[in-house]
Amino acid sequence: MNHKFFNQKLLGGLLIALVLTACKSTPMVDKPAAVEDKSPATAVPAKSTDANANTTPDTSAIKEVKIDTNANSGMNPLKDPNNILSKRNIYFDFDSDVVKAEFRPLIEAHAKYLLANGNAKLILQGNTDERGTREYNLSLGQRRSVSVKKSFNLLGVQDKQIETVSFGEEKATSNCTDDACYQGNRRVDVAYENE
Amino acid sequence: MNKLLVVLSVCYCALVTSVAHAALEIEISGGSAQQIPIAIVPFAQTSINGQDNLANIIAADLRRSGLFKALETGGVASRPSSLAQVKYGDWIALQAQALAVGNVEAIAGNRLKVSFELADVLKQSKLTGADYNIAPHQLRATAHKIADAIYQQLTGEAGIFASRIAYINKSKGRYALQVADADGANAQTVISSNEPIISPAWSPDGSKIAYVSFEKKKPIIFVQSLMTGQRITLASFKGNNSAPAWSPDGSKLAVVLTYAANSQVYIINADGTGLKQLTKSSAIDTEPTWSPDAKWVYFSSDRGGRPQIYKVSSIGGEAQRVTFEGGQNLSPRFSPDGKSLAMIRNDGGKFRVALQDLASGQVQLLSEGSQDESPSFAPNGRVILYATKIGGKGTLAAVSSDGRVKQRLSESGGDIREPAWGPLLN
Repeated sequence: MNHKFFNQKLLGGLLIALVLTACKSTPMVDKPAAVEDKSPATAVPAKSTDANANTTPDTSAIKEVKIDTNANSGMNPLKDPNNILSKRNIYFDFDSDVVKAEFRPLIEAHAKYLLANGNAKLILQGNTDERGTREYNLSLGQRRSVSVKKSFNLLGVQDKQIETVSFGEEKATSNCTDDACYQGNRRVDVAYENE
Repeated sequence: MNKLLVVLSVCYCALVTSVAHAALEIEISGGSAQQIPIAIVPFAQTSINGQDNLANIIAADLRRSGLFKALETGGVASRPSSLAQVKYGDWIALQAQALAVGNVEAIAGNRLKVSFELADVLKQSKLTGADYNIAPHQLRATAHKIADAIYQQLTGEAGIFASRIAYINKSKGRYALQVADADGANAQTVISSNEPIISPAWSPDGSKIAYVSFEKKKPIIFVQSLMTGQRITLASFKGNNSAPAWSPDGSKLAVVLTYAANSQVYIINADGTGLKQLTKSSAIDTEPTWSPDAKWVYFSSDRGGRPQIYKVSSIGGEAQRVTFEGGQNLSPRFSPDGKSLAMIRNDGGKFRVALQDLASGQVQLLSEGSQDESPSFAPNGRVILYATKIGGKGTLAAVSSDGRVKQRLSESGGDIREPAWGPLLN
């Protein structure tokens, strides 16, 4: 790898990032609520005809919606087990959102990929262990993904290519009894959109 | 359909120290509990042979409330199915104060007519009664309605047996948002996914549920109609979209968004329009809930270091701290009368349900688990449903808001979490 070239490119990226930060407005993506009709609207609401019948909707017949996201994709460098880009986990110390030095190569590789592939979009998914409430852990996991995002920003990757989200404790190994197990849950997962 | 098994146990009032433990007894011991002795005669229901007798469903409902002693009627020779047939002496001898009788008849159009009557045994007079013309699949629901009518007549409060609960059932790598009757029976799946689903929240009219789904690799809030299955994406902004909480009139929701930073509370119209930021801090602000008068949004925040509960006017302004005791306080939920706040308190790594009286500030711990979560009031405020873990498996539990009656709802197979008690639907 040509280090000088890489560094210049990074510096350029960093400047762009700074300029963008300076003039960015409120980062809202204002999408109108899309109506997603998962089922043909043929369900006839069962009429309540009991003695207490009134206008209350009878929800006793529930329409089920089914989701399955396990349908895709071909072979690419991101999935090649011999490529560092297939490494996707950044681990943290207890109660910490500091990105440890050992994960620099992983972050640098993904940063390079993002800089070379301007259309690629990274999703950083923060995770926590299962102790605590689900929604609060979702927020805690978010802190870790934001921390990793800042590392990417320093390498020149712009916010438009990164989304920071959290899975909270939802992907945590349950019923841990030792710290090695908890440690595995304190991480940020690197994912790409559309993979 | 999965059927949740209801396991009952009794917790004694902490003040009654002389009472010995008798596990799995349904009756509440201790002098302070006044239970109404009621006899519920098996319904005459030969027209629907093989079905659970409605009297059993009604008795189980009333027992679970902790306010009734459902008497064993097997030893009484007479089996009246209407008050006209009742020999009151039989029931006075059984020491019943109230007596319920009823029957089920097949009628035209493949429908059933269910009738019940409730009497005051000592006065030998009818208290209430009703007829229901129903489809066969509404039999259990009708038994719950009868239990509600009896409960209301004898306690003066609204019953909750015909209400429903929602929860997430994780089984074999799939997540299902399910809705069941308040006794755990008749579970139906609202949505299932191979990615997590959390934070179900009933609309105040009971027709819709908002929830957070990770099906697009990030938390997104959907609102789904129970009748049609049609859903809208309520919030799918950059970052996390989570913790939906309906305003009392159902027109708006408080939600938590992150964009590219920390979690903050926002308010959004129920159709996904009109987003406004409500809290502004550099800390985590999450788990919003509305006060019943809609004036306040309470939430958890670590702006003071460890997470505690704060409140902010629902039209915006400075946040004020609400909880001061306890290592951490999370997941605030209002009692329906607005007088108390259920929450999860963490002291020394043990997460438990606590109830704070808002006028006095006094706090009572109501659960004994170490990973108790998601408190949710029954619509009459008498019971708090929550998630707990038993033997490493998620299960639901309920505790009366005075701490005296405890129940556990366990399901074979699945890991159950994130309960939410639905509204009363009359």
